Amino acid sequence: MRGMICSVAAGVLFGSGLIVAGMTSPAKVLGFFDFAGAWDPSLAVVMAVGLFTATVGYRLAQRRVAPCWASSYVLPERTEIDRRLMIGSAIFGLGWGLVGYCPGPALVAGAAGALDAGIFASAMIGGMLVWRMVERTLEIRAVQA
Amino acid sequence: MDAFTPISAAVGGLLIGAGAVLLLLGNGRIMGVSGILEALLKGDRTLWRVGFMVGMLIPGVVAALVVGVPLGQSGMSVPLLIGAGLLVGFGSRMGSGCTSGHGICGLARFSKRSLVATLVFFSATAATVFVMRHMLVGGNL
Repeated sequence: MRGMICSVAAGVLFGSGLIVAGMTSPAKVLGFFDFAGAWDPSLAVVMAVGLFTATVGYRLAQRRVAPCWASSYVLPERTEIDRRLMIGSAIFGLGWGLVGYCPGPALVAGAAGALDAGIFASAMIGGMLVWRMVERTLEIRAVQA
Repeated sequence: MDAFTPISAAVGGLLIGAGAVLLLLGNGRIMGVSGILEALLKGDRTLWRVGFMVGMLIPGVVAALVVGVPLGQSGMSVPLLIGAGLLVGFGSRMGSGCTSGHGICGLARFSKRSLVATLVFFSATAATVFVMRHMLVGGNL
């Protein structure tokens, strides 16, 4: 139960952070990526402070043998830098640049009643399901090969 | 530079980082939104995932109720919203992460995979914005 409360609190911090930072505003986000236009460096500050906080916090957190309300840390173990990682990230960036929503802000802005974000988030969920089908097909082929 | 808002950007960044730290410290988990969403779509009902998702949506709902105006409209056409949404959903799962999972948490763990992913999607985003705003007449579809 305390673990659940903790994850809700983490979500509230994250969602509030996105709103305060302006990440839920596509115009703000696209302003950062528009290096050839009226460049707005705000997102660099968001990323720098967010990353610094997470880096320091992670080091302190992992001094504990285990998390407070779970049996162990569950961290990604993959290390390979393959085509899937790079092509997927490039496709994600293409979509991010077209409208200015990445997954978290799309969900938060959608919950805040932005119709645009709701449409975008619905399509995003569709895109995730499409990837699942592609991944399954690839797995079946790999097994057959 | 009129649009530069360093204070709110720093406070927002601090809150985002704090969320990531709390999720690791309390639940031992990485705060990757696309991965959490995909797991929920698969029918996963793990408490920490459900809790995090509910938690992150609460500020949006509260902001809408308090401020009274929808936040974060993009002003883009519906076909563009749908196309971009499909790409973001597909690409973030194919690449195993988005801005939160790779860009914040992965980099905080000094993951080379996340560093490559983050460089690729930031570059792709910047290139897309350049094409949309400076090469295509009219700016958006």
